[in-house]
Parts: sequence; C-alpha cells; structure tokens
Amino acid sequence: MNFETTIGLEVHVELKTATKMFSPSPVTYGAEPNTQANIIDFGFPGTLPTVNKQAYKLGIMTALALHATVEHHTHFDRKNYFYPDNPKAYQITQKEKPLGHDGWVEIEVHGQKKKIGIEELHIEEDAGKNTHGDAGYSLVDFNRQGTPLVEIVSKPDMKSPDEAYAYLENLRHIILFTGASDVKMEEGSMRVDTNISVRPIGSDKLGQKVELKNLNSFRHVKNGLAFEEKRQTEILMAGGEIRPETRRYDEATASTILMRVKEGADDYRYFPEPDLPDYHITSDWIEAIRHEIPEMPQARRQRYIQELGIPEYDAQVLTDTKEMSDFFDQTVDLGADPKQVSNWLMVNVNAYMNEHNLSLDETQLTPQHLATMIGLVKDGTISSKIAKKVFAETISNGTEPKAWVEQKGLIQQSDPAVLTPLINQVLDQNEQSIIDFKNGKDRAFGFLVGQIMKQTHGQANPKVVNQILTAEIQKR
Amino acid sequence: MLDKKLVRHVAQLAKLEFDDATLEKFTSQLDEIIQMENELTKLDTTGVAPTTHIARQETALRPDQPQPTQTREQLLQNVPEQQAGYVKVPSILDNGEDAQ
Repeated sequence: MNFETTIGLEVHVELKTATKMFSPSPVTYGAEPNTQANIIDFGFPGTLPTVNKQAYKLGIMTALALHATVEHHTHFDRKNYFYPDNPKAYQITQKEKPLGHDGWVEIEVHGQKKKIGIEELHIEEDAGKNTHGDAGYSLVDFNRQGTPLVEIVSKPDMKSPDEAYAYLENLRHIILFTGASDVKMEEGSMRVDTNISVRPIGSDKLGQKVELKNLNSFRHVKNGLAFEEKRQTEILMAGGEIRPETRRYDEATASTILMRVKEGADDYRYFPEPDLPDYHITSDWIEAIRHEIPEMPQARRQRYIQELGIPEYDAQVLTDTKEMSDFFDQTVDLGADPKQVSNWLMVNVNAYMNEHNLSLDETQLTPQHLATMIGLVKDGTISSKIAKKVFAETISNGTEPKAWVEQKGLIQQSDPAVLTPLINQVLDQNEQSIIDFKNGKDRAFGFLVGQIMKQTHGQANPKVVNQILTAEIQKR
Repeated sequence: MLDKKLVRHVAQLAKLEFDDATLEKFTSQLDEIIQMENELTKLDTTGVAPTTHIARQETALRPDQPQPTQTREQLLQNVPEQQAGYVKVPSILDNGEDAQ
C-alpha cells in the first residue's frame, strides 16, 4: 500500500513592539526576572487590559504580506487554562474572529511551485517562562508574559517535510522583510508546532493526526516530520493504529518521543473577552498599512535579475536580508554600477561582516561611501588595488573615501610625463629583464610592471604603465 | 441538569480536587445558579444582534509607549514562595502550554 502525508503548521511570531500586547509594561529581553511585568500582566484583581495599537498594526501588516484578508469587525476571546506560566489563568486571544484569514505563501520544492494556504492569523499574548529549580520546583519569570504574538495557522496543504521546510523559510523571509518581527527560532521570536498525519493514497479521510512540539530549528522540524512520516507509515503497514498524541523531537536520537496521549478535545471554555471592547478595523487604516509594507524579497529578486542584470544566485544572496537588499538599492540609486555594488557587497562586505562577526548596520559603511568609492575606480581616480585599501578604511572607520584618497595621496598616477622617466629608471636598473623579455620570457614583463608599481606605491595606472613600458622596451 | 461528573471535570480543569460530599454540595449549589441564569434563555431574542459586552467604546487602542512597572518586590508581595526574583511553584512536569 502507498501512503501520503499531510502536514499543517502553527507558527507563533513575536511582534517587535516596545510594550506588551495588553499592558504598557516594556518588552525587554535578558532583563532580571520579573522586572518587565506589571500588575496587568500578573492579573491583579481590578486591572484591565488595553490593546497595543502598534502590535495590531504589525499583525495587520503580517496578514497583508501573506495575502490574507483582514477582518473588519473583530473582538478578543478568553481562553481558560490553569498553568503556572500564566498567573491570570487565561490567555487573551482571537478565536471567533481572527485578525486575518485565507492567505498564502508560495513555495518551490524540486522545481515545483505551489501555494500553501493560510487558514487564519490571530493576535494573542505570550505566557511567562518556566525554568527548572531545585528538586520538585519550577521557577517562573513573567517578563515574557503578555508579549504580543501573531499565530499563523496554515492549511493542511503540505505533503512532505521538504514542503514544510520551504514554507517556513519563505514565511520567515516575508515576515523579516515586513519588519514586524525578528523571527529568530534560536531566540524564540519564532516558534513552530506541527500536525502530521499519514493515509493510504486514495483515501478521502485524513489520517489520525499527531502533534509535534518543541522544535527549535527548521532542521528539527524537517527531521522530526521525516521521522514521524516513517513511524506512522510503519505502524499502518503493520496493521496498527495511530493514537492522538503530542510528541517532541529529540535531537540526540533524531527521533520523536511521546509527551502525552490526548484524551478528548482540549477544553478551554472560550468566551468573548469581557474586558475589551469590539474592534472595527477601517479600510483606511488597512490601506495605510499596506502602503507601508516594503517590497518583498521575491519581487526584489525579480527586479534585480530583470532590470539590473544581476545573476540569479547573486540576487538570491542580496535579498537574504532586508538590510543588505536596502543597502544595495540605496547604493544603486546613488548612481553606482549595480554589478559593481553587488560584487563589493557579496565578496568584500560579506567577508568583513563574517570576519568581525558584525551585521551590516554595525559596520561603518554607508551606501554613499560605497557609491563614491565605486565611482572613484570607474573614473580612474584610484586603481582597484587602492580601492581595497579605501574600502578597509571606510568600512572600519566610516571615512569619506574621496577626502581620504586625496589626503593620503592615493590618487592613481596616469600622467605619461610623470610615468615615463620613472619607467626608464626601472629599465636602467633591470637590464637582464629586458634581455629575458626579448628572448621570449613574458614573465620578465610582469616583473618590470611589479617594480614600477612598487616605485609608485601601487598608484600607477596599470593600463598606462603597460602602454609606456611596451613602447620604451621597443626602443631599447 | 448539572451533574457531578461535569462539576468534577470543571474542577479538574482548574486543578482542584474535592471529596464526594463537597462535590455533591457544589453540584446542587451550581445547579441552582445555572437554573436561575437559564431563565434568560426564555427571552425571545429573534432579530437581536449578538452582543459580546455593553461597553460603548469601540476600537480602543493604546500607543506603544512603555510605562514604568511596579517593582519586583511589589509584584511578588503576595507570592507564596519565591527564589532569586523568580516565582517558585511545584515542579512542572510536561513542557507547558505556552501560547497554543
């Protein structure tokens, strides 16, 4: 019997705001425990929540970037559960009327393009964080309590772990470019839960789904799903039955481990949140937010390839981060040659960032300086060799290239009246090389050029040197 | 009619445990309250739009500007047990219910 896999993903993304979803306490990472929470986050009696406008805006922005329809009339719901990570004993979320619905993300796996549907997106608050304490105890920090989240629920449209991986990569990339979140799995600002089931091909009923949790990287998601796919198929092949379970991925054994068997549906007793009014999201606001969404990576890639003649691979690297892509665009807008900008960014800038473990905005380089430097090479003011020196100076210290080149006397020497006597001086000192060259040893020419460059501290224009040297050797 | 089984279920959801006699007592008390509230369902609401609450204000949004919080000492005043600035609770066995 042949089987097919069905995968759906629930992705939680922390929205980049200054304050919590329902309280004005600050969202700060790495602070001392329980110093970034207030009485609203703690659920003290008599406190009331208020909705963070920026969080709602970033939620709408995410929905629009994912081609979802934004709900005009909405409200919040209360999800009741008792657990030490949430002192209120309920989470404020959107159950009945989520912020957005019916979106999609396009993926490409093995050359095949496919749209993965998004069922809905809703806004909610994060819970506190538990850590293990002494034997028999856990320690709870409520700094994270109330941090705004958007939960993105996919349709069960993915048929393989590879498709799930591609969906997550594209989803992350899109959200990264909106600026709504840092979407870092390793820092918990993006978290993934998966549902996976297997059924015989041709069956019109989905198989029993299993929930897979605690996936700390995209690779874990892919490996965990691949393991589950195999595990479930083997059980079915042996005539067994899949139980409704929650499992977790274990990195050490690259397998999934049972957390609990689900007995009956979860009972969260949802009801409309009585502490918050209804929300009417106007078309004007939605459209204003739509205008603020930056150009998405896919569109940028296409523009680079088609309008700027950048090779596909280069376009891919340049659009890896919004920062890099914006930098590229700004430098090109200043009149620099796109291919040159691309080369400097992909080779020298990336190497510098890796070497010093810095992000692009942590370096001292500006689009203005890069464009100026590329211009200086193009008009022959400096050689490409000197350009490397200028680059090192400007990216480390933020020095203005043109002024620095002038101040340091690095301007390329192209004047024959200056170069000719110099070249003859070198020829006088290296008569053996002239003989070698005339005997057909081409390397001798290169040696002579090297000597001239040395004399001029690398500032002689190589093209002009070649011309004069050829002519002067002929004369001897 | 509310039965003991349902009351026990709700208690379990709230991580509470009662002996049988207490459950009996709560079941009849809760049942009386529910019966009374059920009176409301007799009202004919044909043509009345669903109402989630009666606040007049709609779409109230707060600017994203941080306000000072209470101090940790103030917040943890009523916490039964604490350790190094954390709230100390009996061990949590599974991996939590964070934001489902």
